[in-house]
Amino acid sequence: MPARSPYLPYLLIAPSILFLAVFFLWPFAQTVVMAFTVDGQTSTGNFARMAADLNFWPAMGNTFALVIVVVPLQVALALTMAVMIQKMTTGRDIVLWIWTIPLGISDLAAGLAWLAILSNNGYFNTVLFHLGIISGPTGWLSYETPLTLFFAVVVAEVWRATALVFVILVAGLQLIPKEYAEAAEVFGASPWQRFRHVTLPLLKPSLQSALILRTVLAFEVFAVAYALGGRNIPILVGEAYTWMNANQNTGVAAAYAGVVLLVSLASTIVWLRVIRVRREHLP
Amino acid sequence: MTARRVLYVSGVLVLCAWVLVPIYLIALGGLGGRLGVFRWPKEFLPTGASVDAMLTFLQIEGVWNAAKNSVIAAGLTMVFSVVLGAPAGYALARFAFRGQDAYRLLVLLTRAFPLAILALPLTVTFIRVGLYDTPLGVALVHTALALPFAVLVSASLFMGIPREYEEAAWVFGCSGPGAFLRIVLPLALPGLAATCIFAFVISWNEVFAASLLTVRERTLTAYLLAVLAESPPHFRYAGGLLLVVPSVVFIFAVRKYLFSLWGITNR
Amino acid sequence: MADIQIDRIVKAFGTVVALEEVRLDVPDGEFLALLGPSGCGKTTLLRIIAGLETQTSGRVRIGGRDVSDLPPRRRALAMVFQNYAVFPHMTVAENIGFGLRMRGDDAATVRAAVGRAAELLKMTPYLDRYPSKLSGGQRQRVAVARALAVEPAVLLMDEPLSNLDALLRLEMRAELKAVLREAGTTTLYVTHDQTEAMGLADRIAVMEKGRIVQIDRPAALYRHPRTRFVGGFVGTPPMNFIPVVAAGGRAMIGPLAVQAPVRDGPVLMGVRAEDLDLTDDDGAAPLMVRVTEPMGSHLLVTGEAAGVTVRAMAPADADLPAGRPVGFRPRPERVVWMDPESGQALEMRA
Repeated sequence: MPARSPYLPYLLIAPSILFLAVFFLWPFAQTVVMAFTVDGQTSTGNFARMAADLNFWPAMGNTFALVIVVVPLQVALALTMAVMIQKMTTGRDIVLWIWTIPLGISDLAAGLAWLAILSNNGYFNTVLFHLGIISGPTGWLSYETPLTLFFAVVVAEVWRATALVFVILVAGLQLIPKEYAEAAEVFGASPWQRFRHVTLPLLKPSLQSALILRTVLAFEVFAVAYALGGRNIPILVGEAYTWMNANQNTGVAAAYAGVVLLVSLASTIVWLRVIRVRREHLP
Repeated sequence: MTARRVLYVSGVLVLCAWVLVPIYLIALGGLGGRLGVFRWPKEFLPTGASVDAMLTFLQIEGVWNAAKNSVIAAGLTMVFSVVLGAPAGYALARFAFRGQDAYRLLVLLTRAFPLAILALPLTVTFIRVGLYDTPLGVALVHTALALPFAVLVSASLFMGIPREYEEAAWVFGCSGPGAFLRIVLPLALPGLAATCIFAFVISWNEVFAASLLTVRERTLTAYLLAVLAESPPHFRYAGGLLLVVPSVVFIFAVRKYLFSLWGITNR
Repeated sequence: MADIQIDRIVKAFGTVVALEEVRLDVPDGEFLALLGPSGCGKTTLLRIIAGLETQTSGRVRIGGRDVSDLPPRRRALAMVFQNYAVFPHMTVAENIGFGLRMRGDDAATVRAAVGRAAELLKMTPYLDRYPSKLSGGQRQRVAVARALAVEPAVLLMDEPLSNLDALLRLEMRAELKAVLREAGTTTLYVTHDQTEAMGLADRIAVMEKGRIVQIDRPAALYRHPRTRFVGGFVGTPPMNFIPVVAAGGRAMIGPLAVQAPVRDGPVLMGVRAEDLDLTDDDGAAPLMVRVTEPMGSHLLVTGEAAGVTVRAMAPADADLPAGRPVGFRPRPERVVWMDPESGQALEMRA
């Protein structure tokens, strides 16, 4: 390239590196330091205090249960929707738009929307009332009904964040040349065989990144649960928030944050292992 | 119509309803006012809905200010992430340089973590340097969320513009920056605009970091979260509606780019 | 093994008609090339036969069985795609055996068939490789082997050689011909390359604007094009068409009188470049040389005669600089006559 200095690319990436160093790497290290510091001394005291906290194990359990229930549901639903949209001819644009609207909706707003539906005298109960299933306002979101509260969070999460998986999968499907499916069709594959032997393997990279992104974000779930149940359903990030804001204890909050960062990283590694993407096996 | 076809069409319609009905219902809740919230059983038609409920909500102390702060933070996030991300994307797209893979890894590594969590240690630092409780401080953290996306998207936007165009511009007398400004930028502009909007939405929607980093100058999400426990239901729904509306409009604006943007970032 | 009958196939995309009542019969075991310029409808026709596209009206019968409404997988055919469509996530062996596995054949049968097909296309050493480790030519072989492995009643090929470089194309062409002759499969081969069609096919169907304009053996197609389009499309260089006026069985080109055993009036004389004898004698039709191109075996002369471009062949060592006038004489037995209005061949008078 004429008249271009060899330093130009470094000059171009430098600002973003600097930024990521200050706002990603540094606070990352800082979290670890804070988590292991009590009163200026290096100590595992924050972790001991966190583990002894009444809410810690329920928060762990709830967070993992949410991830384990929500993520597979979202992927299955998004995959179904992506395949449905592939076949669509009329009205495809409008359906695409509708199905992707939740992508722009915050977890807080999603929690509030489902609060309107699931609250004691909300729309869900109204439907049940008209069907004769219940006789009056009924509570689903209190600490007395942990199971229904949990599923309320699951529903709100599936409602809100399936769109992200859907968009990634549709984009991935668009990258697969049509000829592969046609070849499979000509060589006798039924629609299911085509999906199983051709589409799904070629969609692996998109599936992988959807799973990584969604799992990491699901570990971060916070406002949905908070909007629906307050602290009735404790989860890890929510506890970090409480320790930081209400209890003013940065050390324990940092310990919680450390746990979240660790499980996120672990889940990413798991997905990278489980779904092996071999670049040379892609078109 | 065959049975399969009926099944297919009704599946599509059910999924559309699944997305739209909760939005409709939060709108009913937000516009229904105090009376609507306590009504039992609920009306599914917008009989009691009026804009008054929303106007009352907006007059509550702090709401306007919070909305203003949200717009400022989101606007700054948008500017920062594109100003920092687009040049890096261009470098990735056009140059082969040592350290490229390491840089890519750094950007991808951000995906393995919920970055908003990192606002936690930053509160301490921000208090020290005076960024605490300012939209600027919130925007900086939100930029960390949006920047990796901006880098990857702009890299493929630039990659999608044939190098020959730029080379032709050089041959016909453009300087390096001139060719970029006249040829590459106009072609990349729609995609970059969509990236901006995404950065805006990311910031507008973020709850955790915004809540930790502000106390008086709250963003809308932080404000709603803070008053959630003590505010009456119709205010919550009005707040939720206020959060949802811009997002829906933005997604409509970028709907053409949605799939290419996300497809791009996953290659 | 089966024949193909295409019965009045129509394909319309909105108001654009891509195929107009196409009829075509391909007897069992024949290799038929569908030849035409891009956009003539040849690929659409092939995809309709495959079932990848639905015809607006008309029927397709394979081996006497009406397959018009069946999905591709029930039509007992195989196809080689333009970009090969060799699955990137399967090994060569898995690719070749794909059709057999889909049909539910047992492992031993699949292995045997894969072995045979791989042997035929010389891919045995590569059975465990992934396509990314193969050259374009090798991927092409995998695509063909995959198609032959299922022993299809009908083999469809959509420009299978167009992505190969010139030398490889020539090599693959010869090999395809040998392999397919041995297999004896009814083959429909779409191409825009007339040398490919001439070299491979038993018969060629030339398509123009959604219609088949002529079906013939390659030699007959070359010698007796039935329309001006066919004469111009088949053969390099394209056939010359010189406007003359026929009267009483004769026509004049300058001082040269040629036999014109057709109706009186303005007609086009179609004659191939190699059927024009260049000469310096005075009675010949005058040709003003514009460009000469040495082709190795001969010299291609492009000039102007009777107001149109005329191409002729001269010996490789002929001395014919641009701007030199020469004369030419067409060989009467090689001339075809066309109607200048309709472009259709004219009846010869006995």
